[in-house]
Amino acid sequence: MNLPVIKHKRRATFSHLVYNFFANITGLTIFNWEFIKAVFLPPYEIAEVKKHMDELGVKTFPIVSITGFIIGLVLALQSYPVLLRFGATDFLPNTVALSVIRELGPVITALIFAGRVSSGIGAELGSMRVTEQIDAMEVSAINPFRYLVVTRVIATTMILPVLTIYVIFLALIGGYVAVIITENMSFEYYKNAIIGAVEFGDLIPGVAKTFVFGYIAGIVGAFKGYTADGGTEGVGRASTTAVVFASLLILIFDMILVQITLMLWPTLG
Amino acid sequence: MADTRLIRIQNLSKRFETLKVLEDVSLDVRIGENLVVFGRSGTGKSVLLKCIIGLLKPDNGKIFIKDKNILEISLNELNDIRKNIGFLFQSSALYDSMSVRENLAFPLIRHFDFSQKELDEKINNTLELVSLSDAIDKMPSDLSGGMRKRIGLARSIITDPELMLYDEPTTGLDPITTKEISELILNLQKKLNMTSIVVTHDLICAEIIADRAIFLKDAKIVHEGKIEDLSKSDDPFLKNFFSNEIVKAS
Repeated sequence: MNLPVIKHKRRATFSHLVYNFFANITGLTIFNWEFIKAVFLPPYEIAEVKKHMDELGVKTFPIVSITGFIIGLVLALQSYPVLLRFGATDFLPNTVALSVIRELGPVITALIFAGRVSSGIGAELGSMRVTEQIDAMEVSAINPFRYLVVTRVIATTMILPVLTIYVIFLALIGGYVAVIITENMSFEYYKNAIIGAVEFGDLIPGVAKTFVFGYIAGIVGAFKGYTADGGTEGVGRASTTAVVFASLLILIFDMILVQITLMLWPTLG
Repeated sequence: MADTRLIRIQNLSKRFETLKVLEDVSLDVRIGENLVVFGRSGTGKSVLLKCIIGLLKPDNGKIFIKDKNILEISLNELNDIRKNIGFLFQSSALYDSMSVRENLAFPLIRHFDFSQKELDEKINNTLELVSLSDAIDKMPSDLSGGMRKRIGLARSIITDPELMLYDEPTTGLDPITTKEISELILNLQKKLNMTSIVVTHDLICAEIIADRAIFLKDAKIVHEGKIEDLSKSDDPFLKNFFSNEIVKAS
């Protein structure tokens, strides 16, 4: 795999920044192509994928649990005074549910996931690169790309939608707690209001785009780690830039996917 | 008469941007031979090894391993050749998320169809060869520098390679451990009948291991012969190098 060299200089000029931007884009495109070529070829490291789903996904549950609950709670608390002004507090469950399911749940979960997982993958693979562990695999006639990159990216792609559904559920619970605090509303009413407001079409695009977000979090972290150089400084750089790059791409792709969703399902608008 | 050369390197050149690292290097390595590659830091010794194993692509030249030019074959064919080559990295390059047992099992599981019993037996036997049977369930972070080298060596030889490449096998070790590791390398080479290329600037290591030595300077091979002959040479550069190394070794 011939990737363009990213030049790291302490005092980077504008031309360096422009060069590095395009080198990153080109490198990531080649890296994606390598992934697509490698993902269908044996050996299929199923055990490794399961291990990474646990390491990268299941261990993210605590942080997204807290975040999910707080998103729902705060959203309901912030929305309440506005709805009260228009005498529309009955619509609080609908507001919370639609916001969380369509946008906040998927995007915030993806950003938190990228913060934890892209940096983790970037640091781990970066450390393996600078300590020659990736070279050691290659000289043992083992394809490090398939073993290290493909398994992690499959794991992140598969686990993020699960985390998102879980976060949405917790955010709705958080929303209910806020409703109890602000308004005397029964759980039955809250539940029925959400079921009435949310259509199946709301849930599918919201969760479907998290497959893309999970893929981005995995591939960007792996790209930055796999191509790390320059010792421990390089590992730190790989970890940091992985989060920044992944978060940015998640937001850009969110914008594109929302447009595509609205084109496919105009009634959602 | 049968060709006794395992490796033939012809007119090899490699540069990194403007820095010339290897220029027109030609070299033969015979089957069963222990070749030591000498040279000061930054003279392209490790680059030479990485070109031989296919980690770096030279700009010019040919590298034949058993009559196959590794620069003109597919990755699958190169991997078939790599299965018969062991490589000990300067940093040992143990997989730090795996225990010693998993490090050793890693290449075996992927290249051989061993039962669990055969796998355990092979791992135990190899650890015995490097006198570290007790370390089987330790993590790399729990091992000392010398132990890491031994485990790295065990992982490299566990597939019974015909050719071993050592990149600075004794760097960072004290003189006693250096001697132990060097003797271990020599014993293993005799026991397993391997061909070895050892990159080093450690005279203790070279004196124990080398059948023949080459000297890299300014990207070229400038001297070749037995260590004893090189160390007695009147060449000012060699005299200076060996006198400095002898002072360090003592």
